Amino acid sequence: MLVSILHRVTGTGLATLGAAAFVWWLAAAASGAEAYETFTAWATSWLGVLIGVGLSWAFFQHALSGLRHFVMDIGAGYELEANKFWAMMTLAGSIVLTSFFWLYLAMGR
Amino acid sequence: MRLETPIARVRGLGSARSGAHHWWLERLTSVSTLLLFVWLIVSLLRLPGLDHKNVTTWLASPLAAVPMLLLIASTFWHLKLGLQVVIEDYVHEEGLRLFSIVLLNFFTLAAAALAVFAVLKIALAPAVAA
Repeated sequence: MLVSILHRVTGTGLATLGAAAFVWWLAAAASGAEAYETFTAWATSWLGVLIGVGLSWAFFQHALSGLRHFVMDIGAGYELEANKFWAMMTLAGSIVLTSFFWLYLAMGR
Repeated sequence: MRLETPIARVRGLGSARSGAHHWWLERLTSVSTLLLFVWLIVSLLRLPGLDHKNVTTWLASPLAAVPMLLLIASTFWHLKLGLQVVIEDYVHEEGLRLFSIVLLNFFTLAAAALAVFAVLKIALAPAVAA
């Protein structure tokens, strides 16, 4: 139930805020170094990082619950135990992936 | 007595008339969007830095620009289909629903066009200058 609602919430967030940030990033890159500076200044501010963490988590959550929906589309995974287990795994998985992503960004390069 | 076959009754004749097609496209674009985003994340993480020069040099190569254009098409198509379902489920007033879906179509296309233009400008700029 929670994961199903989260799929909509994260999808809507990605489709609005995420798409806006994505288009801004590309348009800034195309406009030149100065416009790009403005974008990166926003993106690396505490608010920008907060939104970035939120969007990356939303992406991983939406992707994982999307994959779960594929399994359910083929008619599998409806047993109560399995259904609950994989729903929980999307929650755990998105947190793990988001952590790895930002750890790599912070230290890996 | 019904003269039509059962399959003729089922085909495309749900209450929304076109539900199966929408459902299928949503699945199709979800696969392509996921694959292309894995490509984008890996590509960006592999760049030496995410400053203007690094990003535009990378995006100017055909093997980055073309997947990026595909990603834009796939992503905006997918998010348009997804948001349409959200609107259809939560906006109950007929006129407002129609208005919202029209707006959704306009905004999605405008945003996608802006993104496509940005990629093309970066990708084609050196060729124009030379």
